[in-house]
Amino acid sequence: MNRTDGAVANGSAREADTLGLREAEEPPLTRDDRASLFRLMVMMRASEERGITLYRQGKVPGSFYDGRGQEAISVGSAFVLGPRDRMCILHRDLGAHLVRGVTPDRYLANYMGRAGGVTAGKDGNMHFGDRELGCVGMVSMLPDMALVATGMAMAFKIRREPRVAMTYFGEGSTANGQWHEAMNFAGIHGLPVVFVLENNQFAYSTPNELEFAVDPVERAAGYGFPGVSVDGNDVEAVFEASRVAAERARTGDGPTLIECETMRMHGHGAHDDMSYVPEGMFERWTERDPIDRYARRLVDELGFSADEVEGIRSEVAEYVERGALEALESPMPDPGEATRGVFADEWRPLGDGRAPWSHWSELPERAEAA
Amino acid sequence: MATATAEVTYLEAISDGLREEMRRDESVICIGQDIGAFGGAFKVTDGFFEEFGADRVLDAPLAENAIIGAAVGAAVEGMKPVCEMQFADFIACGFDQLVNVAAKLHYRQGVAVPMVVRLPSGGGFSGGPFHSQNPEAWFLQAPGLKVVAPATADDAKGLLVSAIRDPNPVCFLEHKGLYRNVKGEVPEGDHSVPFGEARVAREGEELTVIGYGSAVHLALRAADELGEDIEVIDLRSLCPLDVDAILASVRKTSKVLVAHEATQSCGVGAEVAALVSERAFEDLDAPVRRLTTPDVPIPFSPPLEQAVLPQLDDIKEACRELLAW
Repeated sequence: MNRTDGAVANGSAREADTLGLREAEEPPLTRDDRASLFRLMVMMRASEERGITLYRQGKVPGSFYDGRGQEAISVGSAFVLGPRDRMCILHRDLGAHLVRGVTPDRYLANYMGRAGGVTAGKDGNMHFGDRELGCVGMVSMLPDMALVATGMAMAFKIRREPRVAMTYFGEGSTANGQWHEAMNFAGIHGLPVVFVLENNQFAYSTPNELEFAVDPVERAAGYGFPGVSVDGNDVEAVFEASRVAAERARTGDGPTLIECETMRMHGHGAHDDMSYVPEGMFERWTERDPIDRYARRLVDELGFSADEVEGIRSEVAEYVERGALEALESPMPDPGEATRGVFADEWRPLGDGRAPWSHWSELPERAEAA
Repeated sequence: MATATAEVTYLEAISDGLREEMRRDESVICIGQDIGAFGGAFKVTDGFFEEFGADRVLDAPLAENAIIGAAVGAAVEGMKPVCEMQFADFIACGFDQLVNVAAKLHYRQGVAVPMVVRLPSGGGFSGGPFHSQNPEAWFLQAPGLKVVAPATADDAKGLLVSAIRDPNPVCFLEHKGLYRNVKGEVPEGDHSVPFGEARVAREGEELTVIGYGSAVHLALRAADELGEDIEVIDLRSLCPLDVDAILASVRKTSKVLVAHEATQSCGVGAEVAALVSERAFEDLDAPVRRLTTPDVPIPFSPPLEQAVLPQLDDIKEACRELLAW
C-alpha cells in the first residue's frame, strides 16, 4: 500500500471501534482546555520557528530538527496525562515538553548549548527530558525509548500504581527490532504504556512503502493489544484516542498503539532540502495544517471569536520572544562541567509533570491518589 | 555487623547475596531468560521464583534489549533490577540499551539508573565462540558503566551487594569456571565489598601479578608452585580502578605482569600497562608484560581452546622470565 500521498488508513474506523472511540461522546474538554490545546500547538510552532531563526543566525551548533505539521500529536496526547504519569518524548514532539512544563527559553537554550538548557549543554537539540517534570529524554537510536517507557510501566504494574507511561516513535522506528521487543514485552505483561506512532510519511527520505509491507498499526493485534489509527492533524482526535488509551492503561487493560497519520512539513533536519517529496504533497498537507484547522474549528464550531484566537497567537508570540531573549542571555557552560556527572551519587525520583487538562485540576484528590 | 561465616561456592555466594538483597529491599527485582521456575541456566536464582513470586523474578522473552531497556525504565522509576544475561556473550544483543541509554542517562540528564547486569563469562569448557567470551573491555569504553569481576566467593557476594546498592548501571562479570570450583568462607548476612578497592591476594616483594577473575587463581597457583616472592593483586573492580593499589605494589616490586582471560588488544592489561608506564616508569626494573588470550575468537575443540586461554604453565613461564630480568 503506497500511502505517501497522505491518505488516512482505510481501516481507521474499524480499528477505532476497538477503543470504543465511535461511541464516545464529545471529548471531555472544557473551553479552557481547548484554548490550552490551541495555545500549546501555537507555542510549539512559534518556538520552533524562533529556533530556526537562531539556527540560521549561526547560534545553534549542529543542525535543527523540528516537528512542523505534527503539533497536534504531541500536544493532544500529552494533554491527557496526570502529574505522576511519565513520558519519553521524541524529537518531533516539543508540544509534549511544553504540556509537561518545559518553557521555550530552556528549549531554545538547549539548542544553543547554553548552561540554561534542559541538559545544561550535555546534550543538544531535542535530546532532552526534564527529570523534574517526569520525563526521560530520548537517545538517537530509535525506538530505544519505547523499551524504557515499557520498563517504567513495568515498575508501575509491579507496585500496583495507577500510572501510565507514554512514548513516541516514528513509523521508521517500527522497522527496528527493538520496536518488536517493546511491543512484545508490553503485550506479554499487559503493561500500562501508551505507544504513540507518528506516521509522518518519511523516515528521513525513505517513504512508507520502503519501510514496511504491513501498516504497523495492524501489527498491534499480533502483540495482543489494540491499535488505532487517527488523524494526527486533528488535536481532539489525538486527545480522545490518547485519553481512552491512558484510561485503559490506568485501569489494568494494558498497552495501546495509536498511529497518528501526519506529514513532516520540514526536512529531517534543517540541512535536508526534501527533494524527495512528491509534487503536490506539501500542498495537500498544508490544507490540513493542524493549527489553522483547529483555529477555524474553534471559531466555526466551538464558540471562540476570531479575536480570541488571534489574541492567543499574539500572546504566545510575545511569550516565545521573551523566552528567546532569555535563552540568548544564558551563558555557555563552564568547560569544567564536561567531565562531571558521569556517575550518580544517589538515585532520586523523577519529579511530576504539569497536567493542564481540567480533569486533573478539577479532581486534585485524584491526582494525589494517583 | 556480620560476623558468622559459612563455606560456600562462588555460585552460592552470588545466590545468597542476591537473595538477601531481595529480602532486604523489595525494590530489587530479577529479570532474565529462564530465571523463574527453572531457576536460571546456572541455577543462580534457584528457588527465587517460589520465594519472591513472578512479579519480582521475571522470566524474560528471548530479547536482550528488552531485558536491559525495561530494566532502565524500571530503575529510573525506583526499582533495582538485576538482569541476568544467560551468557555474557549475549549482552551483544542488548548492547545498545546498555551503552547508549543506561550508561549516558546520568551524564546527559541527571537521571540515575541503579541496575545490575550479571554476566556469566569465561571459557575453558568448550563453550565455543559464543558462550566463552570475557567482554569486560567493551564496557570500559562506555563511560557511565561500572565494571566488577570477583575472583572469590567472598567478593562474589560482597561486590554483588554493592552493585545492587549502587545508583549506577553495573556490569557484574561472574566467571563460569569459578562457579563451582571456587569455595570460600563468606560472611553471612549483610556483607558488601566496596568498589574501587583492589585486594592483595598474596604478598610478595619480587614481582607483582595483577589480575582479576579466573586469572587470580592461576596467579596464586603459579606463585605457590614457583615458590617465589610474588605479590598477587586482585583488581576486583575494573571501573573504578584502584590506581593507588596498582602503583603501590609496582613501587614495591618493580616488576609487573598483568594477566587476564580476555583478549589482549585494548584490554584491562593494556590499560594497567599504560598506567604503570605513565605513573611509575622510574620504579620499573623490567618491561610490563601481559599474559592474555590472543586476539582470536574462543575456539571450540579442547586442544584449540587450551592453546589460546592462559594456562598455568604460561603464567609460570612469564613469572620466571620477569623474575630473571
